[in-house]
Amino acid sequence: MRLQKNTSLALYSVLEFAGAPDRPIAAAEIADKYGVSAHHLAKVLAELARSGILASVRGAGGGYRFVGNAKRLTLMDIIQMFEDFADPPAQRGAAEPATPVDKALSAVLSEIDENIKATFKSITLATMMRLIERQQAAAAASPERTK
Amino acid sequence: MVRPVRRGDLDQVIDIDATVTGLEKRKYWLSVYRRYGSAQRDEQQFLVALARGRVVGFVIGEVRDWEFGSPPCGWVFAIDVDPQARLTGVGTQLLQAISARFRHIGVRKLRTMLALDNTLILSFFRSQGMMAGPLIALEMDLDS
Repeated sequence: MRLQKNTSLALYSVLEFAGAPDRPIAAAEIADKYGVSAHHLAKVLAELARSGILASVRGAGGGYRFVGNAKRLTLMDIIQMFEDFADPPAQRGAAEPATPVDKALSAVLSEIDENIKATFKSITLATMMRLIERQQAAAAASPERTK
Repeated sequence: MVRPVRRGDLDQVIDIDATVTGLEKRKYWLSVYRRYGSAQRDEQQFLVALARGRVVGFVIGEVRDWEFGSPPCGWVFAIDVDPQARLTGVGTQLLQAISARFRHIGVRKLRTMLALDNTLILSFFRSQGMMAGPLIALEMDLDS
């Protein structure tokens, strides 16, 4: 599956902030690192701040700081701020799917959706940071692959 | 401390399970103990975690060979911690203990299976480094 650009940006940002909870990080630093527009990133960070995951830090050396709980916040908590995970109309009790084909396809898509949701809901930021560390360790152990 | 279960631990194991599931399954746990608790084979493990002399958690698992088309791998089919002892690393100690015992007998893969909506335990296993494997659970109703 693919995530929308804002969602990916939000995830990258939150992981950067959660990985350095003791220092404020300027939006420009993250924008530079990920090669994105600072203006675009600012909107994403503002949304994360509104949700209480980040807090803005004013003044020189300011930016944002992570104020969430990395052991409790999950990928789903971030993703659902930017993506629509509402059930499709048929499951919301609106008009029933019209045909057996609709119903069968809806069942297959529901199976996929439930797996996706369960995965995102079960991975906390803390777990995600451990996964990143593992990738970094694997990359460091295989310098030939990165040449 | 984590060690193999003893017969005298069983009441506390049953209590923990009853607290979590709401069901006291004495007969079930007696049969589980007979199969895994008194097992002489390293491929079957029933371990308990103790704190101040009291059982606060347990883990049960078994090495399965070639089932579901999979080379020998260790399966964890039950793990639980007394709710009052959670968030103290007991679950981690239990999983590490059973993993060490499976590793010791040459097993190099650990698997488990759980309900998609069991977010708490799913999160726990993921926090221990487990990711979705190549198997998928399928089911169907058997109509009468």
